[in-house]
Amino acid sequence: MQKMDEIQKRLFREVADLHKLPEGAYNLRANGGLAGRRTTANIDIQTKTEKSGIDITIKPGTKGESLHIPVVLSESGITETVYNDFFVGDDCDVLIVAGCGIDNCGTQDSEHDGIHRFHIGKNSKVRYVEKHYGSGDGKGKRILNPVTEVYMDEGSTMEMEMVQIKGVDSTERTTLAELKKDSKLVVRERLMTHGDQSALSIYKVELNGDGSSADVVSRSVARDTSYQKFDACIIGNAACNGHTECDSIIMDSGRILAVPSLEANNTEAMLVHEAAIGKIAGDQLIKLMSLGLTEQEAEEQIINGFLK
Amino acid sequence: MLELKNISFSVNDDSEKTEIIKDLDLKIEKNKFTVITGPNGGGKSTLAKLIAGIEKPTAGQIFFDGKDITDMSITDRARLGIGFAFQQPVRFKGISVLDLLKLASGKELSLDEACSYLSEVGLCARDYINREVNASLSGGELKRIEIATVLARDIKLAVFDEPEAGIDLWSFQNLIRIFEKMRSSGKDRTIIVISHQERILNIADDIIVLADGRVQEQGAADNILPEITGTESAKSPCKKIM
Repeated sequence: MQKMDEIQKRLFREVADLHKLPEGAYNLRANGGLAGRRTTANIDIQTKTEKSGIDITIKPGTKGESLHIPVVLSESGITETVYNDFFVGDDCDVLIVAGCGIDNCGTQDSEHDGIHRFHIGKNSKVRYVEKHYGSGDGKGKRILNPVTEVYMDEGSTMEMEMVQIKGVDSTERTTLAELKKDSKLVVRERLMTHGDQSALSIYKVELNGDGSSADVVSRSVARDTSYQKFDACIIGNAACNGHTECDSIIMDSGRILAVPSLEANNTEAMLVHEAAIGKIAGDQLIKLMSLGLTEQEAEEQIINGFLK
Repeated sequence: MLELKNISFSVNDDSEKTEIIKDLDLKIEKNKFTVITGPNGGGKSTLAKLIAGIEKPTAGQIFFDGKDITDMSITDRARLGIGFAFQQPVRFKGISVLDLLKLASGKELSLDEACSYLSEVGLCARDYINREVNASLSGGELKRIEIATVLARDIKLAVFDEPEAGIDLWSFQNLIRIFEKMRSSGKDRTIIVISHQERILNIADDIIVLADGRVQEQGAADNILPEITGTESAKSPCKKIM
């Protein structure tokens, strides 16, 4: 097992709020190797043998436990694809904190592609938090291309909070979900791009069971010359409720393409999409300036609030 | 405490110059409650924006406590102690009432302090403190929160631009109470309210009648009020609704 250096510790703090080893189960991955693991009576973690990644098994009825699985890359030039499978038993209530931090001071690109597959048991509730962060002033790019697949059994709930605020040069995030009867998916995505970064966020949610629902909301800010694409499709195959919303602030020479889409294959499917892109309203700046903030401070407060 | 000297303000509409404020001279006394009234289109809101620095005069000078603030930004004027409440309060996605009050006060506010500002404008603090200042709030609620952000600041001069605009009669009654309370609070605060509501004029120390970009009349409320009652400069709330 590796010993963590200061950069790695900082990255762990940024992506998983880890100031020390977390309570509960964890699996810490640094520069392609294992940097720490703890299993509990209810949460088991096994290294995959056929490819890179881990299998996580959460026993039925596990409640109030947490699992942290952050990844950090602090060496330039690492490219890895990791497959993590989560098997959450029936009647669980757990928190899973993932996230990836890359510090690249070198000239070669660093890339982490995490493929996460969730199998959520009946009536289980999962809260999933994923943060992406990049730092380092090298020419090498920091690239993250996560794929998240969520298979939700009857009556289950999944709340996903996805945050990427700083430093990732290029990201293509794909989230696929399939929902059975009475299951519920809530996604809150917050994204900020700057410099010449590019971020693609693709969602495909299939509501297959009666009473299933999905609420996918993205708030994003595109600064400098960065580019974002938000492509969310909700497919209603049953008596279900689906809502997707993309709300963006565009600044400088940023570009945003929002493609919300709906597909109804059942007359009882109720689907709604909303999308709005605009710059910071002038009267918002004036209001905060009239409270004594400079224009720059006002802008920061507006963005901070928007991405909160 | 506030003096406007030879202030003019004009805008260019389709290459035609329209003068909104015309060579205006004005003095506002310290710690007085002054209401600026007058017919619509007379330049009242423009005058308020010129004081706050949101608009810059095309000619003339503005002095605040003897200091020439004509070329100062909105931020610098705010830092000198000028507060401004918008006619149409601004909405913010993701910023809570507490956040806004903290920004207004310029310091970490305790929950108790924040709540006291909200009670001052007649809002039950517990219900509002964590609400977002967004479209979920009604016009009357937003207006009161707007006033609370002005109260939360340590200011010498507060300018309220048509506080009654866009609110219902019930909220209007509350608004009057807030101003009455502010008036009698005894704090070292000069207040300017842009309004042509009779009930706000009734609590004024001084009244300024602005028409066609000029000061038509200025003086103690007791002298001015009888002259303008029943005119466009002093409307009853019911009349406005009718």
